[in-house]
Amino acid sequence: MAQVFVCSELEMKDGDVRIVRQDRVEVGIYRHAGSYYAYRNLCAHQGGPACEGIIRNKVVDILAPDKSFLGQTYDEDEPHIVCPWHGWEYKLKTGECAPDPKLKLRRHDVVQREGGIYVVI
Amino acid sequence: MNVMTPIVRDPNQQKFDTANHLAHAAQQAEDRRYEDFMIVDVDSHHYETGSYKDIFQYIEDPVMRDQFVYTKGQTMMLRSTGGFQEMAGRIARYEYRNSEQAAEGGRHKDITLTLKWMDAMGVDVACVFPTPMLGLGLNPIVEVEVQYARAYNRWLTEHILAAEPRIVSMLYLPMNDPAAALKMVEDFSGRQGVVGFLVTTVRYKPLYSNVYMKLYRALEERGLPIAFHAATNWGDQSMNITNRFIASHALGFTWFNIVHMTNWVVNGVPERFPGLKSIWIESGLAWVPFLMQRLDNEYMMRSSEAPTLKRKPSDYMREMYYTSQPMEMIGNRTMLEETFKMIAADTQLVYASDYPHWDMDLPSTIYDLPFLSLQAKKNILGETARKLFKLDTVLSPQKQARLKARAAA
Repeated sequence: MAQVFVCSELEMKDGDVRIVRQDRVEVGIYRHAGSYYAYRNLCAHQGGPACEGIIRNKVVDILAPDKSFLGQTYDEDEPHIVCPWHGWEYKLKTGECAPDPKLKLRRHDVVQREGGIYVVI
Repeated sequence: MNVMTPIVRDPNQQKFDTANHLAHAAQQAEDRRYEDFMIVDVDSHHYETGSYKDIFQYIEDPVMRDQFVYTKGQTMMLRSTGGFQEMAGRIARYEYRNSEQAAEGGRHKDITLTLKWMDAMGVDVACVFPTPMLGLGLNPIVEVEVQYARAYNRWLTEHILAAEPRIVSMLYLPMNDPAAALKMVEDFSGRQGVVGFLVTTVRYKPLYSNVYMKLYRALEERGLPIAFHAATNWGDQSMNITNRFIASHALGFTWFNIVHMTNWVVNGVPERFPGLKSIWIESGLAWVPFLMQRLDNEYMMRSSEAPTLKRKPSDYMREMYYTSQPMEMIGNRTMLEETFKMIAADTQLVYASDYPHWDMDLPSTIYDLPFLSLQAKKNILGETARKLFKLDTVLSPQKQARLKARAAA
């Protein structure tokens, strides 16, 4: 295991992602709400670059108390990583596949020190 | 812990490029040594919309040509099949495909882009189809289907197929005019890269009708397969009560092939034209065992309604060909394995990517199946289609180079 330098803390703002490649391993590092998350850039579906797509909040149906459908909106508290190949979605905060949490993106630790961001690979 | 110096990039700052987009597919091709065998992709697509101006010039009827030019192609889309394939920006290649730089050595952009994704996936020969044209059979103006199909087929054969031997196609048949469909076979069979003819199955004329017998005979005599490409039609009365694309797509892309397959079999078309090979495209696979069981069960009670048949419906269906995509891979591998057995996948299943569409499948979807022998994988990924299309065994220049490098090492 090694700490791999990603960038300085100043270079990443909320919503940003960096892809780090070390030998054959690719990891996506995210900054969201001031915290950092890192996952293997490999979709559980067909091996797509899961961390190279858009981030889109979870879509939710809005139901009335009588269960009538009222419309749809986004859940601002649950951003999803979206694989650009087929649209598989993963929870940014946990790496769990949104429709099936048994499937996960492999998580990597992120270390902040001396103004730099490092990912453990 | 050691501190390493890696490659770091911001994916949002990169220009879209097919080779980058499919870099992981290229890694799969290398890891699995696809250079050891030929891969044929039986269903892939290009967007003919990018070549509208050129295609319109091939429309022979001058009045209709002007209509196409001034409606910018909407003449074709009077009834849309509809859909949200790009998933509101989630599938990156939809948004950026038009901006990709693809001019290379004077080649048509569609050739360059097609070869790019083929090389990334390890595909040696791709059968390419158009995209919006999948709904052309719905057009209420018969002449629109005839004129545009002929224009497209002329453009495709002259500018794409004649220029690139790794790209082949099965040409669109304007089935709303049976005589025009027959003439298409007579005029275009034998041209470079024409490996069969295509019926888009979102259409409402029954394919068992007597008006098509000359067409089927012509294809059988020439040894050319007939392919049935599914799509959905959100305007269909039954699809009209679905309110989400996932529903219209999941059902529609299967439903139209189910209907036409059922008619094809119970009317005994395979018995009437035993030499006519049929390929059923883009409905996945799970529908085939369902329909085999359903039709066999009813046939044993009502064989008097299908008297041309000499065997059970499933016996005919097992002799037809099926493309693999979109393969139902989630959840139950035992069912998938049984499906492969029921459709005689070793000899009847042919790989398809459907690239660049949203639900594309890579060759690894077949190669990584643990219940297939290596020979079965090779058959499905290329050999069966090679024989079906009477292709020479060819490997892409990229794969040949990889083989050379391996030999040198």
